Amino acid sequence: MTSRIRLGADIGGTFTDIALETPRGMHSAKVLTSYTAPEQAILDGIDMVLAEAGLGYGDLEIVIHGTTLAANSLIERRGARVAFVTAEGFRDVTEMRTESRFDQYDLNMVLPTPLVPREDRFTVTGRIGAQGQELAPLDEAALEALADRIAAGGFGAVAIGFIHSYMNPAHEERARAIIAAKTGLPISISSEVSPQVREFERFNTVCANAYVRPQMADYLGRLQVRLKDKGAGCPLFMIHSGGGLISVETAAEFPVRLVESGPAGGAIFAADVAERFGLEKVVSYDMGGTTAKICLIEEFAPKTARTFEVARSTRFAKGSGMPISIPVIEMIEIGAGGGSIAWVDAMGRIQTGPESAASEPGPACYQRGSLRPAITDADLVLGKIDPDNFAGGAIRLSSDAARAAILSDMGDRLNLTATPAAFGICEVVDENMANAARVHAVENGKNISDNIMVAFGGAAPLHAARLCEKLGIDLCLIPAGAGVGSAIGFLKAPFGYEALASKVTRLSVFVPAEVNALLDGLKATAEGFVRAGTDGAIRREITAYMRYFGQGWEIPVALPDCHEPTLGRTEAGASRSRPVFDPAPG
Amino acid sequence: MTDATSHIRMQVMWNRLISVVEEQAMTLLRTAFSTSVREAGDLSAGVFDPEGRMLAQAVTGTPGHVNTMAEAVLHFIAEIGRDDMFPGDTYVTNDPWKGTGHLHDITMVSPSFLGDTLVGFFACTAHVVDVGGRGFGADGKSVYEEGIQIPIMKFAERGQVNADLIRILRANVREANQVVGDFYSLAACNDVGHQRLIQMMDEIGLETLDALGAFIFSRTRAATLDRIAAFPKGTWANELSTDGYDSPVKLACEGSIADGSVNVDFTGADGMSKHGINVPIIYTKAYACYALKCVVAPDIPSNWASLEAFTISSPTNILNAERPAPVSVRHVIGLLVPDLVLGALARALPGQVLAEGAAALWNIHMSVRPVAGAQGRRAEILMFNSGGMGARPGLDGLSATAFPSGVMTMAVEATEQTGPVVVWRKELRPDSGGDGQYRGGLGQVIEIEPLPGHEFDFSAMFDRINHPAKGRDGGLAGAAGKAALDDGTVLKPKGWQHVPAGRRLVLHLPGGGGFGDPSSRDPAERANDLAKGYVTETVK
Repeated sequence: MTSRIRLGADIGGTFTDIALETPRGMHSAKVLTSYTAPEQAILDGIDMVLAEAGLGYGDLEIVIHGTTLAANSLIERRGARVAFVTAEGFRDVTEMRTESRFDQYDLNMVLPTPLVPREDRFTVTGRIGAQGQELAPLDEAALEALADRIAAGGFGAVAIGFIHSYMNPAHEERARAIIAAKTGLPISISSEVSPQVREFERFNTVCANAYVRPQMADYLGRLQVRLKDKGAGCPLFMIHSGGGLISVETAAEFPVRLVESGPAGGAIFAADVAERFGLEKVVSYDMGGTTAKICLIEEFAPKTARTFEVARSTRFAKGSGMPISIPVIEMIEIGAGGGSIAWVDAMGRIQTGPESAASEPGPACYQRGSLRPAITDADLVLGKIDPDNFAGGAIRLSSDAARAAILSDMGDRLNLTATPAAFGICEVVDENMANAARVHAVENGKNISDNIMVAFGGAAPLHAARLCEKLGIDLCLIPAGAGVGSAIGFLKAPFGYEALASKVTRLSVFVPAEVNALLDGLKATAEGFVRAGTDGAIRREITAYMRYFGQGWEIPVALPDCHEPTLGRTEAGASRSRPVFDPAPG
Repeated sequence: MTDATSHIRMQVMWNRLISVVEEQAMTLLRTAFSTSVREAGDLSAGVFDPEGRMLAQAVTGTPGHVNTMAEAVLHFIAEIGRDDMFPGDTYVTNDPWKGTGHLHDITMVSPSFLGDTLVGFFACTAHVVDVGGRGFGADGKSVYEEGIQIPIMKFAERGQVNADLIRILRANVREANQVVGDFYSLAACNDVGHQRLIQMMDEIGLETLDALGAFIFSRTRAATLDRIAAFPKGTWANELSTDGYDSPVKLACEGSIADGSVNVDFTGADGMSKHGINVPIIYTKAYACYALKCVVAPDIPSNWASLEAFTISSPTNILNAERPAPVSVRHVIGLLVPDLVLGALARALPGQVLAEGAAALWNIHMSVRPVAGAQGRRAEILMFNSGGMGARPGLDGLSATAFPSGVMTMAVEATEQTGPVVVWRKELRPDSGGDGQYRGGLGQVIEIEPLPGHEFDFSAMFDRINHPAKGRDGGLAGAAGKAALDDGTVLKPKGWQHVPAGRRLVLHLPGGGGFGDPSSRDPAERANDLAKGYVTETVK
């Protein structure tokens, strides 16, 4: 892009951050997020940075926006009432989940309730097979009757998900046409929202999309109008969870793609820092008030994944949230932030989080009523924070209150004075973050100590050095602008779109023409999105997810981007010459 | 360093050790071939001290593996002998009596050396797709029919893999590439654990794990004893009937809580079965300890000291089967052990223990082939499915959720990619949860048909068809399970059976028992049950 005056806006849980890039430098602002009218906080922030830069709305050449609103709507369950339509026999996929308990020993555990309750999930006869063949025709008469019921049912949105629709979307598309003819509701179908194998993840993703869609469409519409009223004639783009840009229209249709847009901005910010400093292997470490996020960045590109879990209900435990299958920047998030509460368990061990004092009442040192020690209290007692100059002097911290909280809650039980107890708290939270980072690296087949750390977010610089020590990392970089990293990251995001499709095939029966046709479709989809934002040259990357027959974990393999009819055959030939399994001696 | 800050250091090292075994388990998940490992999480991993006492285990893992592995390492140490252990070694067995109770589970143990000093062991277990013999099912008359037996031996010595073992294995199993692949995955998983442990010891400057082990054990023991002290002392008995292979089997136990220990004795259970539903005591113990720990000390980490307080005893019977009894589907009876033990604990702790549930997984192993003369595919397909969990004091039971097993189900779309079958239905089963103040979890209904031109045989491993889950404290029983064809043909709960082309296998999985008097159920909850169709108006 050649725009010179660019604005990034990131709505977070507590603050809305604005970053304005001009040829004469960067301006930034932080305003409190407004939950009733999120667009107002953006406009307030834009007013501030424009005034500072001596510019007006008409000078803006592009606005790039990311928001946690879609994620919050899922976490707080504030979305629309959704009707979910699926194939006969599969009404309960989103309720039965994986049929397992995420905690082995807790007999009183509660599983998350599905976004769409059972009474709002409807089935119709019709079934597609694993190869995309029709096993039972769609009962259109039943769908007509169901459409009437949905129209009269007080729903705000419709989600449609059929088995194997990633192979053949015909039933989903036909069902959409029939329901659309009788209702004015926004309809999401799983083969468009998340064309990936595995019904639980795909159905949940399409339900989540429908669930947040009316709210997000309203909000984005209001924001566009307000910007225009203020005199901004420039295009508005949204950042998606995979770290690329999409049009507002696409975002309004597929809002589930926005769920991780804020954290994605942080990762792009770190990737940009990595590129500017020529750092090929980076681990980004973002620690705020309630969580810490860790992301691997290789050759200036954050690691991506095809699925993640949102709204974990219990102690950030894997499996306690809901899976969303969309392209996403892969990161781990653990309940370790400045506000995380420290406590002592049955074995006399110090534990931290995931309970957080958040911004209200805040850590004990804020003196707003909390008497329990948080990480920030420990940082303060250890002298890592200047009590008189916290947040630019906006909040005056009390070291005495911090010390008292640590002593009364922990020191007495552990027979420690305040300073070693504070040291213990920091050691434990640092160790937890280090372990999470290490396991995350292993999940990706990487060695964490090969990386350089880029640390940002309010609390990260306080813990980065010790974390590096624990991880065997030699170099840590704390960039300027660390406080509004995500908003700055938005300005660095490429006009990128990741299109996905599933087709399972063995190389021994590989049909190049079929795969090339699939790739052509993907190229057209991705190009359509990108062309909406730029007319520059397009760089394309094609990735196949491959595994040995019988294994379950797939490895991304880059494919050459050329359209020779022999492409597939060459690839298959090269791979086929490898034995299926080659036990290495030793 | 003060005593207090050294405790902080110890605690941090303890956390690190847990992270080491998590990495170990993750390696297995990422590289395994077997669907039960990679899709369902049927595995375990842990680290042990040089005496074979478990220091830490990965939270990933299922109780039947974790707690059996804790015992298995002692057998490895005794049979291999310290003098014959070298850096780069890996030992293996699938001995049901020294491993985890059936031949399908492969356990590997690797010594961890820092220089020349043995500092500990890593162990892991996973279920492989095939071990030869009759295949996964209850039809064997002795363990000799159930597959290849690998006594405790070296898989690798000083980094050199035992090529003869691999050749014998390849000649004996149906899916040789996948099985051999899993052997390497298991060995790699221990190797990752070893490397991370040595890195940790180098970084901290440790020469042995003795002090850390003492710290872990003393903290854990104290916390566990504290918990036991809070429980009433005495002895309580319980009995439970199960379907058995073709005739009912009675299970019995007597639980005793004393100062500092809890013992469960299985005197009174029926004798050994002629079929492969017998349970080696190592597996009985694993699930008895799991049930005890859930009630007594759910938040205390599993290690040698937390398991030490729980002991079991039994004469020879179906829960303490002796070699060469057939044991292939030992999990069906074994998974009922927690309901048996919890029933005894419920007498000690009235109003505090959940009702019985479906308990045994409804696993189906299908062997699919084209009908005579037709073109098509052959495939071996394994599905894990769960019925309803018992209602809890204060909470309804979880529907279609594995308990006590910790495994996951596989996606229907993934199953249908694996072989030529169609799963027409996999849905909650209304009216299957036992009524009560808190309702039992619902079972599920599953319908499976071979693709046109195909037929399949399947190994049934079902229970609670003739013996539904009982309610607790006035709660009613959950619905019994049913296995049939869609033409009404009733099928047996155990053993290999046939599903011809064009027919559907229809399974109704059992529901969990209710808890408390049904008349005290909140009317709002009853209305919700009806609105959601968990309960239909046609019942009662």
